[in-house]
Amino acid sequence: MNILVPVKQAGHLPDDFVLEDGARPAPEALEWRLNEWDERALETALGLVESSGAGEVLVASVGPVQAEAGLRACLAKGATRALRVWDDSLADADALIVAELLAALARREQPDLIVCGVQASDTAAAATPAALAGLLDLPRVAAVGGARREHDDLLVERELEGGAVEVLRIGLPALLSVQSTPGRPRQANLRAIKQARSAPLETLVPGDLDLDEARLREVAGARLVRLSERARVSGAHMLDGPPVEVAAWIAAIIAVESPA
Amino acid sequence: MSGGVLVLGEGEHGRLRAGTNALLEAARSLAEQGAGPVSLAVIDADADAVLAGAAARVAGVRELIAVPSPHGSFEAHVSQAALEGLIEAHRPAIVLAGHTVDSLGFLAAVAARGRHGFASDVTRVSFQAGGLHAWRGDYGERLLAELDFPAKKTVLLALRAGAFATRAPSDGAPAPGGEAFAPRVSRLELALAGRMRSERIELRASAGEPDIDRAEVLLGIGRGIGGAEAVPRLERLASRLGAALVASGAPVEAGWVSRTRKIGQSGRTVAPRVYLALGISGAPQHLAGIAGATTIIAINTDPNARIFDVADHGAVADLFEVAAELERQLG
Ligand SMILES: Cc1cc2nc3c(=O)[nH]c(=O)nc-3n(C[C@H](O)[C@H](O)[C@H](O)COP(=O)(O)OP(=O)(O)OC[C@H]3O[C@@H](n4cnc5c(N)ncnc54)[C@H](O)[C@@H]3O)c2cc1C
Ligand SMILES: Nc1ncnc2c1ncn2[C@@H]1O[C@H](COP(=O)(O)O)[C@@H](O)[C@H]1O
Repeated sequence: MNILVPVKQAGHLPDDFVLEDGARPAPEALEWRLNEWDERALETALGLVESSGAGEVLVASVGPVQAEAGLRACLAKGATRALRVWDDSLADADALIVAELLAALARREQPDLIVCGVQASDTAAAATPAALAGLLDLPRVAAVGGARREHDDLLVERELEGGAVEVLRIGLPALLSVQSTPGRPRQANLRAIKQARSAPLETLVPGDLDLDEARLREVAGARLVRLSERARVSGAHMLDGPPVEVAAWIAAIIAVESPA
Repeated sequence: MSGGVLVLGEGEHGRLRAGTNALLEAARSLAEQGAGPVSLAVIDADADAVLAGAAARVAGVRELIAVPSPHGSFEAHVSQAALEGLIEAHRPAIVLAGHTVDSLGFLAAVAARGRHGFASDVTRVSFQAGGLHAWRGDYGERLLAELDFPAKKTVLLALRAGAFATRAPSDGAPAPGGEAFAPRVSRLELALAGRMRSERIELRASAGEPDIDRAEVLLGIGRGIGGAEAVPRLERLASRLGAALVASGAPVEAGWVSRTRKIGQSGRTVAPRVYLALGISGAPQHLAGIAGATTIIAINTDPNARIFDVADHGAVADLFEVAAELERQLG
């Protein structure tokens, strides 16, 4: 079974970040980490390939050069190939633009299955997977907590609200967006990390996928007007004191609210 | 009808889900700002019954649209086809849906296929002369992004539960463009029978944890505890406090705490007298589970943590230092 795992290197603001003019910070100003849900997506994909006995996992990222570290981390854990799509016009790309690029890539690669994370930790759109499934007209399951092959189908657990679990059967090709894995995602060993550093990594521009800037701008779901600091709405009574005072005060609140 | 605001309600056990009230409220406020009349559609096997039972909650809504689904439970591809049919038939300018685990399966698909405007996890909307604007978090919600939707005839928005206030149904005044009298009721019959592409094999209810339901005090731990090795110590602290130990998503996914103890959207919903959150940032999916707590106390090293937005009491402090002091003082 060949699986495409789209992974996002998520950009986080450093603690001392100051917003300048409402525009996106430059890539160099951010701290980059592989989206945690994509580690679970990769684990799900590697597990499915292992249990089916054959196939490969292709990891693909739409992102600036900083995304390569995340792709290499996936290679070290067992992904077979890695690919990055970028040009600077994509700096504001939203979920629908990313989905358009990934759809073009999937048409080229023809995977049996696409496994995404349920959401990215920076934008939290939780939208790219459904958009991608819609464009490719694939059956999909969102918020997956585990998947296994049964004959030609997949049996997929979906995490519903309130802790309920729904088990679904879907045919292939299909798309999953992973919320959790039954066990902990694997770690890479040092040797694999070293090898991944020099592994080949294909880079594409949108034009290689027959997509141009005008077309991508047209598919965008929204336009960024400006970024602003999130207004603090804290109504919390804040205690500034040493831990000894904070502790005494917590104990006092509990004693009042819940007299033993 | 074309233009206006279409609310996509969710049915549950033959009734309109509570979350739909907030969508209606957001729609009414957009209508008051000139976005056009509000209609409410429900895609459900019992769509007629859901809408009939909702009459008291739909003040200001001009049209109720039942879309009967051939399937008893939610199915992403059926919902996608149904929403595409609704948009085709009614041509709304704005579609409001909940940012729920169900809408994750189809809303963005409809947007991408139809080249519509789209934004998810939206926490604020407004309609001005320049058109629709929506706000959502970015960079782990450190920043707020303001969006607009130039040249889009239809815009689909997934609204965050809890971010939009609801009024009591009785004071839901009719919106301009809506009518004071009963809304028109219509039915949209779509060929949905063949659209299902996933089959439900099983539905498992969440496993119960009686201590969580009984406890007046819950000690909630998050990724800030750093690792599984901290859990036994915090369990002891919980029992000293007469509390049950629960967790946010991160420690559960990392395997430090049992899944049955997860609080939030995909975990349990709780309503303790006191919720003491240690090292929890306050993601919307976590906050969804603790909205019913009487008193929330938050300890976090990050002064910007969102948990302080909802907490009654807070301290910017290291959870381990506070835990050690609590243990000492409780003897
Ligand atoms: C479909 C879906 C469903 C989900 N369902 C749920 C759900 O049901 N419940 C849930 O909780 N999440 C859920 N999530 C996950 C959610 O989005 C967050 O990822 C999760 O809640 C984060 O957990 P956290 O706050 O513990 O971790 P983080 O966000 O990483 O926060 C850790 C916090 O600890 C603080 N900290 C670090 N060290 C210390 C210290 N020494 N002392 C004090 N503070 C410290 C940090 O400042 C930070 O604020 C869901 C996500 C999705 C996409
Ligand atoms: N830039 C990107 N490159 C590759 N995959 C992405 C990208 N953005 C989102 N994805 C995929 O879509 C999932 C959900 O992201 P989002 O819709 O942005 O919250 C992620 O977990 C990835 O699997």
